[in-house]
Amino acid sequence: MLEVRDLKANYGQIPILDGISMTIAEGNTVGVLGHNGMGKTTLLKTIMGLVRATAGHVRYLGQDITDKPVHERNQMGIGYVPQGRAIFPSLSVRDNLRMGCAVAPVEEKAALEQALATFPRLAPLYDRLGGTLSGGEQQLLALARCLCGMPKLILLDEPTEGVQPSIIEELIEIMRNLKQSRALTVILVEQNLDFIAALSNEVHVIQKGRLVRQVEPAHLSDPAMVDEFIGTFV
Amino acid sequence: MDLAAILILQAVSTVATLVIISIGLAVIFGMMRVINLAHGEFIMLGGYTVFVATNAGINMWVAMLVLAPLVVGVIGIAVERLVIRHLYGRMIDTLLASWGLSLFFIGSITTIFGNTTTSQIASPFGAVRIGAYSISGYDIFLVFMAMTIVAGLFVLMRFTKFGLLTRGTMQNADMAAALGVNPGRIYMVTFGLGAALSGLAGGLLAPLSAVLPTMGAAFIAKAFITVISGGTAILFGTASASALLGTVNTVATYLTTPVLGEVALLLAAIILLRLLPRGITGRFLGRDL
Repeated sequence: MLEVRDLKANYGQIPILDGISMTIAEGNTVGVLGHNGMGKTTLLKTIMGLVRATAGHVRYLGQDITDKPVHERNQMGIGYVPQGRAIFPSLSVRDNLRMGCAVAPVEEKAALEQALATFPRLAPLYDRLGGTLSGGEQQLLALARCLCGMPKLILLDEPTEGVQPSIIEELIEIMRNLKQSRALTVILVEQNLDFIAALSNEVHVIQKGRLVRQVEPAHLSDPAMVDEFIGTFV
Repeated sequence: MDLAAILILQAVSTVATLVIISIGLAVIFGMMRVINLAHGEFIMLGGYTVFVATNAGINMWVAMLVLAPLVVGVIGIAVERLVIRHLYGRMIDTLLASWGLSLFFIGSITTIFGNTTTSQIASPFGAVRIGAYSISGYDIFLVFMAMTIVAGLFVLMRFTKFGLLTRGTMQNADMAAALGVNPGRIYMVTFGLGAALSGLAGGLLAPLSAVLPTMGAAFIAKAFITVISGGTAILFGTASASALLGTVNTVATYLTTPVLGEVALLLAAIILLRLLPRGITGRFLGRDL
């Protein structure tokens, strides 16, 4: 579904991605694990088009999208849930969700109803401003907003950061159900080992802008293995 | 009693004029962070549209309320496509470019029409008398127009899909793009809308001021002061700053002279920005309406 070939990107003058190659099959969840500053977020931003690739290619559904603008990538079915969630602070929860289906070929009313059915916790917050929600609630809203546009591929950037444990459990549950019901493909960038292990089919380790090795998700629950493969994380 | 009524009416009409001359700038600056130094010239072009159209025998109301915003809106979109869009995020560069545009418009209009206009556009309504005093009927019409513009913009931004997309893009353009919204198109339309509102201002003010190539200079300073004092919330900020500065201006003018009235307006703005550096609404409302 998505093929990344020798992808390079800079942040200003500083090279961040140093030749990333990966292939993601439809319906899979691929985890990318790494410390801060290793290029996790930049990888997702470059796939989304928010950071310009300086070399390499991104192919999506057989089409080269390396030079496509961000909004066209979204319209092709790539959804993005950024780190920090990027909720529109002065829009209500409802309007945040409406932004998610604003240009997608979906019926707004049905999409909003479905969002509330999937994320019942958002229902009582419906008319609140996005900026007044807690971190966990914002994370649910960001995911719900992304899903409103009916994406085929979701780029999920550190969804557990600053989120209370109860909502992390809820997120795992929701993501599992969605993978079943919608045949979603997901790239998940995380530092939370339990979360990434619970959802991923395969896990790559990113270090200094390169994917250095692949680990079995099952091994992530074994501290000894984790230490051996990727150094101490938590 | 009559004097009080007339003073209040005068204050309200000063406030309305401030709203009218500032709102186009507020839309462009508030939504896009573009400092448009050609704002005064957009107003001037609106005035000239009315001047040319009425000379060609077109009904004055059509010229003022339809043609002026339409023509300047189209010019605004052309300016955005040709110049401004290449400079987003580079505040100083847009400032210089729009200053250049301002000189270009003044020069072009002077070349075409000369630096004076031969016919003055007549003010449509007569005077309204209150006891021993009177106020021009057109001032009252401007109050009505200012309220209509603010209400119309509010409805547009709050209740339409375009409004939703614009507010979202204004709060986080990258995220809006990641949800499929084309920020470039939103910016183009927003700039066009701001220009159209400036054109409307020029049309509305044409009967009050001489339509001259350099007439923009008379408005741009006040418009900037109002927008900066208003802060980040476009409508509420512009309306509240206009209310405050317009009232100060009118009261000071009544007590002293028109020149000192202007000085009082400036002083009020300076004190306000000293106390609230981010404008009246910057601290409380953030970037919204």
